Order: sequence, then C-alpha cells, then structure tokens
Amino acid sequence: MIKLADVEKYFGSLHVLKNINLTVAEGEKLVIIGPSGSGKSTLIRCINALEEPNSGQVMLNNELLNKQNKTRLVRVNCAMVFQQFNLYPHMTVLKNITLAPIKLQKKSREEARVLAYKYLDLVGLREKANAYPSTLSGGQQQRIAIARALATQQKILLFDEPTSALDPEMVQEVLDVMIKLSSEKNTTMVVVTHEMGFARQVADRVIFMDDGAFVEQGEPDALFDNPQNERTKSFLSKILR
Amino acid sequence: MSNGPFALWRWARLFNDRGVFAEGLLTTLLVSALALSMALIIGVVLGLCSTSRNRILKTVARVYVEFFQNTPLVIQVFFIYNALPMIGVRWDVFTIGAVGVGVYHGAYVAEVVRAGIHSIPPGQSEASRAQGFTHLQTMWYVVLPQTIQIILPPLTNQAVNLIKNTSVLAIIAGGDLMYRADSWASNGALSYAPAYIVTGLLYFILCFPLATWARRYEERLKSRDIIHEPLEEVVEC
Ligand SMILES: Nc1ncnc2c1ncn2[C@@H]1O[C@H](COP(=O)(O)OP(=O)(O)OP(=O)(O)O)[C@@H](O)[C@H]1O
Ligand SMILES: [Mg+2]
Repeated sequence: MIKLADVEKYFGSLHVLKNINLTVAEGEKLVIIGPSGSGKSTLIRCINALEEPNSGQVMLNNELLNKQNKTRLVRVNCAMVFQQFNLYPHMTVLKNITLAPIKLQKKSREEARVLAYKYLDLVGLREKANAYPSTLSGGQQQRIAIARALATQQKILLFDEPTSALDPEMVQEVLDVMIKLSSEKNTTMVVVTHEMGFARQVADRVIFMDDGAFVEQGEPDALFDNPQNERTKSFLSKILR
Repeated sequence: MSNGPFALWRWARLFNDRGVFAEGLLTTLLVSALALSMALIIGVVLGLCSTSRNRILKTVARVYVEFFQNTPLVIQVFFIYNALPMIGVRWDVFTIGAVGVGVYHGAYVAEVVRAGIHSIPPGQSEASRAQGFTHLQTMWYVVLPQTIQIILPPLTNQAVNLIKNTSVLAIIAGGDLMYRADSWASNGALSYAPAYIVTGLLYFILCFPLATWARRYEERLKSRDIIHEPLEEVVEC
C-alpha cells in the first residue's frame, strides 16, 4: 500500500531522513515512535507529499509519487490527522467534513451530508454538526478532524501525534475513536504517537526512529517489553518511566 | 463689500454654484469606485502570485509592486496623459484617472493581500493540500476566506488613500472634485478659500467614516483574538 525506497530528506544541511526503506501492507496498523526531532513528522509528511524527499521513491498503491501526479495520488489514497487539528475555522463542522467530498469527489450535497453524519456518529459528535470549531474542546476538535479525514473514505489514514496537543483528560476519547477505526480490516493506518497502550492494543508493528533512521522494529509487545537496541531501551525507559 | 478671502458673498456664490461641486463629487466617486475595483482585482491576483511557489510569478509581482510603490503617482498619470498619446493610446481623462489610480493602488492592495495570506497559519493550507486540493483551490476555499476578515481594515485604509489620490486628476483637468473646485475658484473672483474648505470637507465626509470604521473593526478583531497586532504596516504615500 505504501512503499518508501531509499528516501533521503534534508532541510538545508540538516539530514532529517537517512535512507528510509519502508513497506506498509494494505490494512496494516503501523505505529512510529521516537524522540522529538527524529524525523517522524517528516516521514509521514513525505508519504502524503507535504514534503518532497531529496532522493528516493515514495509509492502509494503501486503508483510512484511525482510532481505531476502528487495532488491526485494523495487525493485518492490518503487522509491525514494533524497534531494541531487544523480544522477550517471559518466553516461549520459539517462544512469542514463535506468540503472535500463535494469539491474533490464531486458528491452531491445530500450524499456528502449523509456521509458526514455517519462519521459524526462514529466519533460521537452528531449534535455538533452546525457548531464552529472554535466553540469545541480540543478533544472534540480532534474527533471532528478524524471525521473529516474519514469522510473522503481513503484507504490510508495518517496520524501525526493526534493526542499530544490535548489536555490529558481528552486523550482517551480520541484514542477510543482511533481504536474503533482500527477494526476496519482494509484501512491502512500509520500513527505517530507515544501512547503505548494504544500501540499495544492496535499496532501490528511498531517502529522506533532516532536521528532520521529506523533503529528497531517489531510487534508492540516484543518491542516494548524486550527491546534489543540500547537507544530503544533508553527511549522507552524515559517515556514509560 | 468686504473683499477678504472669507467674505460672506464668496460663500453665497459658492452655494449658488453648488452644482459644479456636486458634479465634481460625482466624478470623484465614480473614478474612485472604478479605480478601487481595478486595484482589488490587480491586488488579489498579484497577492496570489507573490505567495505562489512559481519564481516567475513571484518576480513579476515583486517588480510590479516595487515599481509602483517607488515612483510618484503624478508621473504615472502624466505618462498616460502625455506620453502614451504619442504611440496612439489616447484615453479620456476619466479613464486615465481610473486606470492610473487603480494600477497604482493595485500595488498597495497586493501587499495587503500578501501580508494577509502570510498571517494564516501554515497548518491551514497543509490540511487542505493533504486533502488533495490544488494550490489554487486551497487559496480559494481555505486561505482567502480567512484572509478577507483580517485584511478588511487595511483595505479600507487603502480605499481612503485612493479616494484622496484621485485628486491627482486635477492637474490634468480631470473634472473631479478637486479640479472643479479649483477652476471654479480661479474663474470666479478668486474665492479659493471657501472652495478649498468646502472641497476638503467633502473629502473628509467621504473618508472619515471609512477610516473610523476600519479602526473600530480592527479593534473588534483584536478583542476577539482573531488578530493580535495590525498587519505589517504597508507604507503609504
Ligand atoms: N520545514 C522545516 N525546515 C527546516 N527544518 C525542519 C523543517 N521541518 C522539520 N525540520 C527539522 O527536522 C528535524 C525533524 O523534524 P520532525 O518534525 O520530522 O521531527 P519529529 O520526530 O516529528 O519531532 P516531534 O516529536 O518534535 O514532532 C527537526 O530537527 C526539525 O527541526
Ligand atoms: Mg512531529
């Protein structure tokens, strides 16, 4: 579903991704962990063309991403949820969710509404359809952002630290929604998060990233309980404490 | 009968000839409206160009803005009035006014639009691009609608400056308020003082409410935390 081959990324002289090779199977739930600045966001942003690698290849659903096709490829394959929610503040919740289905997927207004309510129900916020994002709590905004991502019915869902900007008491409501999503067999999920409980429950595989490279990967229980690499050990001991 | 610059009979005469001033005012309003529309169109297009990733578009916008911001409006108007006819481009003074002032203020509006677009958090266009919207769609659906509210006060200040600057037409016999007032005074017993006072007052009546509204609106945006400080100051002539 997703394939990265020999991806290198620099910001100026800063080497942020170092020879990344990654294959994510259809339906796989992948969690990426790693210290701040290790390149997790950059990696996930390369997958949906928000960043362009300096060299190497990114393939989505067997198609090679390039300058010409990137807008279309991202449109038909990926949806993303951001740390800062990034809801459109000038639109109601319903408009936020229906914008892409109507304008990009050419769905009728009615069709898009039905779909929007389906996902609003899934995230438990049907009654907020006509509210503006600024009137919602962080947890609610992030659930709406997830509904917006779902409404385009993409096969690949990307999450970049979806709970780390939230007050602690709102983290679980968002994780609960994501756990629900993970029961979809066909949905491929790539999640950058430090929620170990979530990773254990949902992930097929966890990758530990440090300094722009993959250090260690494996099934969540194996990686968390029995890490092999010293850097993994020290990182885990810091976040598990 | 007194012959001082403020003599009563001068005011009476002005009142009798008020039609002249009304016509001038109307012309000024029309030129302003046309020039403003033009400035807005030019400004939005160039503002978009300067925030695009295309080097050529960026350069074109930059050169345009720098050129018009760093040369006097009077020269531009004289150029259209005196030089262009030599290559067969002959416009009436009304068109010259609208185009000259519109093109000139287009540069300032472009700067306002650019600053407005830059003030929107990058997460907004990232979210939109991540959904698969193109750059233009992103601007149209996501960025510009949020920009409008923010740039409304500086745009209104531009409108105020634009109205005042249409008085440049007076020097090419443009039939605008300033010109009518001046020629009325010079042909009619040299009643300059009342003519200029009344004309100034008329400009003031047009501009003051706009400027006041812009200032209040900006205060309101600030109090609602939509903006934190006024957009970067765009130097004005
Ligand atoms: N647009 C950019 N320009 C320059 N440097 C950047 C840019 N984006 C990221 N970086 C740098 O690249 C490195 C990797 O950043 P990245 O955001 O991918 O890390 P991360 O693992 O997501 O960290 P965090 O956990 O803090 O989100 C960091 O040193 C960061 O400062
Ligand atoms: Mg990050």
